[in-house]
Amino acid sequence: MSDSADTPTEESFEPTEPNTGEEFEPVQVFPDEGTMDLRPGADSCTKCSTCDTNCPVAEVDDEFPGPKFQGPEQWRLKQTDDGDEFAIDDSIMDCSNCMRCDDACPSGVPLSQMHNEARGEYVDEQMSKLSTEYWRNRILANYRTSAWLASKVPRIANVAMNFGPARWVMEKTLGVTSEREFPAFATETFSEWWAAQGGAAGSRERARDARERRGEPLDADKKVAYFHGCYSEYNTPEVARALVRVYEHFGYEIVVPEQGCSGTPMFANGMLDDARRHAEVNVSSMADLVEEGYDAIASCTSCSLALRQEYPELFDIDGIEDVAENTFESIEYLRIHEDVRGALQDAEIEDELAEEFAYHAPCHARNQGLERQAVELFRDLDGVAVEDVGDSCSGISGTYGWKDEKYEKSMAIGEEMFDHMEDVESTTGMTECPTCSMQMEHGTGYDIRHPIELVAAALVE
Amino acid sequence: MAIDSEVLVVGGGLAGVTSAVAAARAGADVRLVSYKQSSLRQASGLIDVLGYVGDEVVVDPYDAIPELHEDHPYRLVGVETVRDAMALFDETVDGYHGDHTETNALLPTHGGTVKPTARYPAGAAEGVASDDRDTLLVGFERLVDFDAPLAASHVEAAGAPFSADGVTITFPGDLQADAKVTRYAKLLDQNSPVAVDGQKVDTRTALAERVAPHLDGHERVGFPAVLGDDHTDAVRATLAEELGVAVFEVPMGPPSLPGLRLEDRLFEALDRSGARYEVGNPVVDYEGEDRIERVVVERNGSRVPYSADQYVLATGGLVSKGVESDREGVREPIFDCHVPHPEDRYDWFEDGVFDDHAFARFGVDVGSDLRPRAAGGSVEFENLRAAGATIGGYDFAAEKSGSGVSIATGYAAGRAATEDLT
Repeated sequence: MSDSADTPTEESFEPTEPNTGEEFEPVQVFPDEGTMDLRPGADSCTKCSTCDTNCPVAEVDDEFPGPKFQGPEQWRLKQTDDGDEFAIDDSIMDCSNCMRCDDACPSGVPLSQMHNEARGEYVDEQMSKLSTEYWRNRILANYRTSAWLASKVPRIANVAMNFGPARWVMEKTLGVTSEREFPAFATETFSEWWAAQGGAAGSRERARDARERRGEPLDADKKVAYFHGCYSEYNTPEVARALVRVYEHFGYEIVVPEQGCSGTPMFANGMLDDARRHAEVNVSSMADLVEEGYDAIASCTSCSLALRQEYPELFDIDGIEDVAENTFESIEYLRIHEDVRGALQDAEIEDELAEEFAYHAPCHARNQGLERQAVELFRDLDGVAVEDVGDSCSGISGTYGWKDEKYEKSMAIGEEMFDHMEDVESTTGMTECPTCSMQMEHGTGYDIRHPIELVAAALVE
Repeated sequence: MAIDSEVLVVGGGLAGVTSAVAAARAGADVRLVSYKQSSLRQASGLIDVLGYVGDEVVVDPYDAIPELHEDHPYRLVGVETVRDAMALFDETVDGYHGDHTETNALLPTHGGTVKPTARYPAGAAEGVASDDRDTLLVGFERLVDFDAPLAASHVEAAGAPFSADGVTITFPGDLQADAKVTRYAKLLDQNSPVAVDGQKVDTRTALAERVAPHLDGHERVGFPAVLGDDHTDAVRATLAEELGVAVFEVPMGPPSLPGLRLEDRLFEALDRSGARYEVGNPVVDYEGEDRIERVVVERNGSRVPYSADQYVLATGGLVSKGVESDREGVREPIFDCHVPHPEDRYDWFEDGVFDDHAFARFGVDVGSDLRPRAAGGSVEFENLRAAGATIGGYDFAAEKSGSGVSIATGYAAGRAATEDLT
């Protein structure tokens, strides 16, 4: 071998030898560990437009280019040689993150993952951190912080938050619509109640009593970690309390680990750093419990979807896959492990919940294949009727419908659901999602309950 | 513990829903699981039974079925079963016409071709090509999938017994160029006010006003099939009243509102039948040897068992991924049922687009009991039946038989599964 072969130059290119010449610029064709590779997803898109026909925003706003553009088409544009010159289109902020497109796609394109990534990039790089929109969105997305503060003085907060002039100022300065009423804060948070019940130790005792009554082995492996989310903690602790009663009735020991926000409102506002901070807390406490044999359950369908789908799609945190695989919606989990159907068939509702319910399946429940479980379960329960109000989106999509400029769009999307709710004779609604319930109440004045409350009323009380 | 039912149907298209409805009506406790929304939104919403045998247009599908080869799904289940299955469809699914006769109707499509079909949505009824009323087809400037003048001249060239003209107008409200079909439908459903010459006018009235100057003596008007979703009958009625002529929809390519509406009607029928259903998670595996004991549904990485006594496989064909292929071969992905196919993949297709391709007939091999059979002809599982496009041996695209085979085999599989309950 001559010397020249050891020091390759452009002239002496050797295809079978390493080429170390300075002319050579390596191109990264595989993603770094920790970055997302969206190519397989984009390549799977056949442009059939099924996602577009499932988009509730595109249905009421033809300025919105739809999920097919926001996802695979925009992603492809960004990959071209001069992809850096393409800014993310402003319309990404009009996507409500309902994620119906995910469920719709026959080719498994991870549309919401693409939307989340694009929205994150847009907020990071294109939205002014000094703008009202940025701060308004950040405040809305960090609902947990406001709720935590308000829960310290719930009675004052309930008056102050819906004080007319204050709301006018919020609309004018921040762009938070004054059309809606803020949800009331409970005078006792779920955590305060839970501590008063003796926490995990109290639960273990009650669960053992239940197993004894049910004739199950006392050491049965029935342990769940409850992710209550912000809304059950601060606004509707009655939902969380119902869940505790139902699970303990079936002999489950409950623990309530340290937790933050699921991140759902942060994803929807492109605040991925905020979401990651919360996800790290949640994954870290849930992963340890999953390791010990606990399953994670959530009563809010957006929380369970975040832990199951958005976390592993967007973040790389130790234990995240294990947590995702072992997270369930609360009624779904019981359906898998217990004969809830049989128990409800033998039960009857006689109290104030003996009603006809107008049931709306949240988009995020739909995404987990859960849109029919309430209708199916309560079909055989005496004393109640559950009427499905159809497959439309409620339109609020968390913080989306709270934004002044989105309010009308949100109500236009909700119109179909409101119409179908009006067809139901009673004035009681049912849904798993806290913000869908706000929208249902706002559009019809109905009182809205969570299915787990009905299960508790049927089986425990 | 598993989520339990007597009959478990895998797949939520025409075949799956029909078999679940048939089983539920026969008294079974039924659950249907479907991974995704069905491929009905890619379909026209027309229900064909048999449109062609070879190159010949079929007048009466029931007369023509005996001419098909003896392993064709229609021959396997028999003509009477096809009749009974269509009767079940007529009884349970709302909004369809054509059951007054056994002969095919001829329906103009958005390309201006004329399709022989057994049933058609109420919205298409005034458009039948055997009717001699003169026809105006109306297209919308920014809805490029329907070129009305071109479709009109195609319909005339196809020998329709009436004169057809086409006109392209701007849909009121100045929609964006890429407005989705659901946007048109929503505006018409809600009859929202749109801006026309600085005035707010209801969408339906505004549309009728734009069409009226072009009427010119035509006795019926055909629009692309975007005339509403939830309230499509009311939209058509308003337009007909304001125009003073009959109004119909021309079935469109994907994404198709008539297909979406059919899916809604099917799931309503399913709900009324008492069957339970869920959409969104795939069946990925099964447990069992000669009998299927349970199937496994994957939910975000967790594997949830579903058990039943009898199972129906209605996951669709190559389009719906109920049958999959790669360079190595062709397979049915859930139960790994045998799919007959030539070993050399260059024998899977012919050179011409419209040639007689082998791949068009790929699917599981079944006998008259609809149980999938292994390569040697033995039954794969005693409690599994197949229905719809998962079954091979026929070319639904060439025959125009896709809907009918799904309904007939779905019905037969659902009934047989219920009869076999232990």
